[in-house]
Amino acid sequence: MTDWPTHDNSTKPPLGRRLKGAMSRLPGMMTCREFEDFIDAYLDGTLPICPRMRFRAHLIMCRECRSYIAAYKRTLELGKSAFDDPDAAVTGLVPDELMNAILASRTEPKP
Amino acid sequence: MEAHAGTLRDDDDLVSALKAEDAGAFAEMVREYGPRMLAAIRRIVRDEALAQDCLQDAFLNVFRGIGTFDQRARLSSWLHRVAVNAALMRLRKLGRLKEASIDDLMPEFDGNDCRIEPTWRFEGSPESRLDAIKLKQQVRDNIDRLPESYRVVLLLRDIEELSTAEVAEALEITETNVKVRLHRARSALKKLLEPMWGHDD
Repeated sequence: MTDWPTHDNSTKPPLGRRLKGAMSRLPGMMTCREFEDFIDAYLDGTLPICPRMRFRAHLIMCRECRSYIAAYKRTLELGKSAFDDPDAAVTGLVPDELMNAILASRTEPKP
Repeated sequence: MEAHAGTLRDDDDLVSALKAEDAGAFAEMVREYGPRMLAAIRRIVRDEALAQDCLQDAFLNVFRGIGTFDQRARLSSWLHRVAVNAALMRLRKLGRLKEASIDDLMPEFDGNDCRIEPTWRFEGSPESRLDAIKLKQQVRDNIDRLPESYRVVLLLRDIEELSTAEVAEALEITETNVKVRLHRARSALKKLLEPMWGHDD
């Protein structure tokens, strides 16, 4: 799996992100890392009201998380549609030999 | 041709006939539901010979289990789950469901727990049918790059649309573990799809 993208965390965060990091720790806010843990619950509508409000507040102030969640949602759409194939019934055809083997197996003695 | 051939009798009648060990009903079930079960199995095991073995396993389990099938449940959902379970059983026997590292594909944060993320610009809808097919293939190829234990959770939840509880049961892991794996799988897939998009910074 050497062809996977690698991370480079060697550079110091720019001032804007450092300020945001400090703001995220104020009461009623959440950090990007905490935000990460709530994404699926937020998207499927099961996040309770309190964390949901903190989640939304974070979304308003954080450009990176807005960009992230847009790409995450895009990924979900692409993933879900990757298999919706109008020809699925054809590609799922059961070959005759297999069909016969399956039907024959029904009457074979059970182990 | 018999009266019901081609046009399906409804599920209740079919299940009653199956429980009565009616050979015609079994053939009808395999013909009607086999293709969709095989398609689901193929998505999971990605190997034609193995997929066909799994379908045989699945129908053996159906033949054995139809007597106890609860008629209030939907036959198609039950058959789908039996097919998925047969595929998972084979993967487990082959040792392909072991946990693998996926850390390189996880989101990035700096030392302040702030996210490092460019602003993405997504491609528009594919212009032609061919482009749409290519795009789907590209996404499927990337799903295939995920380690098996994550790929399977993503498939079962997002594609096969099993519930968290059903996936937990099928994979013999906790529901919390399913949620964690699903989120990591989706995040990893996002990372793998990123080269398809432009970004501003």
